[in-house]
Amino acid sequence: MNTEILGIIAMFGVTLLLAIPLGKYIAKVYAGERTFLDPVFNPIERLFYKVSGINPDNEMNWKQHLVALLTINLLWFLMSMGILMNMGSLPLNPDGNPSQSADLAFNTTISFLVNCNLQHYSGETGISYLGQIWLMFLQFVTAGVGMAAAVVVFKAFREKSTTQLGNFYNYFLKSCTRILLPISLVLAAIFVFEGMPMTFDGKDTITNLQGDTVQVSRGPVAAFVPIKHVGTNGGGFFGANGAHPLENPSYLTNMVEMFGQFIIPMAMVFAFGFFIRRRKFAWMMYGVMTVGFLLLAIPNINMEMNGNPAITQMGIDNSLGAMEGKEIRLGAAASGFWSIVTTVISTGSINSMHDSSMPLSGMNELLAMMINAFYGGAGAGILNFLIFIILAVFISGLMVGRTPEFMGKKIEAREMKIAMIIALAHPFLILVGTALAAALPQYTSATLANPGFHGFSEMLYEYTSSAANNGSGFEGLGDNTVFWNISTGIVLLLGRFLPIIGPVAIAGLLAEKKFIPESAGTLKTDTSTFGLMVFAVIAIIAALAFFPALALGPIAEYFSLY
Amino acid sequence: MKKHILPAIKLTVLSILLLCIAYPLIVWGMAQFAPNKGKGKIITHNGKTYYANVGQSFTEDKYFWSRPSAVDYNAAGSGGSNKAASNKEYLQQVQARIDTFLVHNPGIAKSEIPVDLVTASGSGLDPNISVQAAKVQVKRIAKIRGIAEGNLLQLILAKTEKPLFGLFGPEKINVLELNIALDNLK
Repeated sequence: MNTEILGIIAMFGVTLLLAIPLGKYIAKVYAGERTFLDPVFNPIERLFYKVSGINPDNEMNWKQHLVALLTINLLWFLMSMGILMNMGSLPLNPDGNPSQSADLAFNTTISFLVNCNLQHYSGETGISYLGQIWLMFLQFVTAGVGMAAAVVVFKAFREKSTTQLGNFYNYFLKSCTRILLPISLVLAAIFVFEGMPMTFDGKDTITNLQGDTVQVSRGPVAAFVPIKHVGTNGGGFFGANGAHPLENPSYLTNMVEMFGQFIIPMAMVFAFGFFIRRRKFAWMMYGVMTVGFLLLAIPNINMEMNGNPAITQMGIDNSLGAMEGKEIRLGAAASGFWSIVTTVISTGSINSMHDSSMPLSGMNELLAMMINAFYGGAGAGILNFLIFIILAVFISGLMVGRTPEFMGKKIEAREMKIAMIIALAHPFLILVGTALAAALPQYTSATLANPGFHGFSEMLYEYTSSAANNGSGFEGLGDNTVFWNISTGIVLLLGRFLPIIGPVAIAGLLAEKKFIPESAGTLKTDTSTFGLMVFAVIAIIAALAFFPALALGPIAEYFSLY
Repeated sequence: MKKHILPAIKLTVLSILLLCIAYPLIVWGMAQFAPNKGKGKIITHNGKTYYANVGQSFTEDKYFWSRPSAVDYNAAGSGGSNKAASNKEYLQQVQARIDTFLVHNPGIAKSEIPVDLVTASGSGLDPNISVQAAKVQVKRIAKIRGIAEGNLLQLILAKTEKPLFGLFGPEKINVLELNIALDNLK
């Protein structure tokens, strides 16, 4: 069989196999059960709590969780602005890179704070090593925050009737120390031996074999790249992100990076099942997500392997596939696969330039972010999926004439309103943003890298990526302007915190309600029939909201090319 | 909110100690056992040092050419062309690359040119070309250097890197290593 396809099957298979035991481990960590890393982390965490004056057993209700979460985020925001706007004159800056302007620092800060990592600068020239290490810090802690929020939801469905949903700091710190850090260390060990740099030296100057003099950027890459993926952050150390030969030197590192970004989103689904003691429900979720994922990924692999028809027409050997923007060591198949993994799970790292994807591959990348719930980001994916579940429960409840119930709790007007607002906020942010950009050509038309339909897709992609907290881009867009920095910054903020606040609120409200034991009249939510219903809700919302915009961009481009 | 501020600050400071100082130091420590102590894999040739993973520009006819690059193989930066598949200007550029290649490689049919030689990579620093991309340049190099084509094909075979574990991913050739071996042939 084709070794490129085999590579993809291996990546997917290994991830799935390890996601189940990791899910079990994650469930144990959050339940406070004994795990094999206790001897290492128990003393460290005890010290952290003691010094910080935090009692990890002090349980919070859902509102207290949100206040704690927002407070610490505000603190990080202020620190980040301070660092990024002054790093030019701070230590660890061997290349003498400049500080960021206020609007760029605003955009960078927000984007890393919300786990998006949209980058309007290039790593080689736009940031110092101190700045990179600070961003690495945000990559850890924002993933921890996303996971902590998801655990509040886990907890709400585990207990029969409660207002006490655990301690935010406890969930947050354990996510960082016991899940993100150990996996990152394992990945880093592989990376350094595959030739990924880990040095604080600045750029090197070399004369190449042909006699030209060039520079080579380096840095503490091997510490940055693991958490970039494990935390589904995706921000590149270098401008070219995972396509850069020092950020992704071999097919092996590509497989490991793929595994790194895929494993936690998948494991969180199983962790949910173990934690609430409903494994069958987790398999229902996993099934829906996997069907959705494959429906996007398989066409992309196929289209990228078939290559650009306009180049085939020129009469050359196009059998390698659409190689514009792709690397030989990775190949078209692994690049097409990555393009969907990174967009469904909100990583936003890239190993090929999405701007040069085939038109309908670009559409699938967009759709993956528009839906944003097939596996989804570390923690955030489950939260988004919960919204679709609530909608599906309500609609199927109406269809069969039963009171909508989920996990023994009645779904009533308040929860439905929140779910609707969150479900509509996502298309609202994307479409209004894009419409605004299209209506203000004086700010945007000069920033587009490609004419016609594809230029529109570049704008649509930028807002979709922002709202989904993804961070990848159609990178031809010249996005370091005040207009793009500020407008995407606002979309980023709302696109992160609304989908955290909404689901946590729903879970909190449901947890307070009286528990109704299952009876013959209960709608079963762990069956494939219900899975189909959830899938239909997702498809209908995505299709209705986004089809017109997609028709103007990638679909129109497709018909102009084929 | 007030009662969360102080714990948030203290927790942040401690997390910085763990994640921004201890963690990178551990990784840096591991890197000291890695090739070139974590400063990037290098190749030395005639007393000069090159980065094995960072592609170099090869445009002279006596060398195997690298792929086109959006950053001219200057690794001070990185990036792709970001041209859309449907962009007319871009397609003209590809056509021009094909024409240039045919001028420099007489006797080669258009259908033998693999797509990687006329498209820019994602990083602009791609160190590799496909096996076909090397083979299609053999005729030109054999003529200029006066080496038998068979010897060059053998060199290509020796420098072809198989898929990972023989199972996963594409075959490829490191252009820099191939050209160094080519210089050593004489």
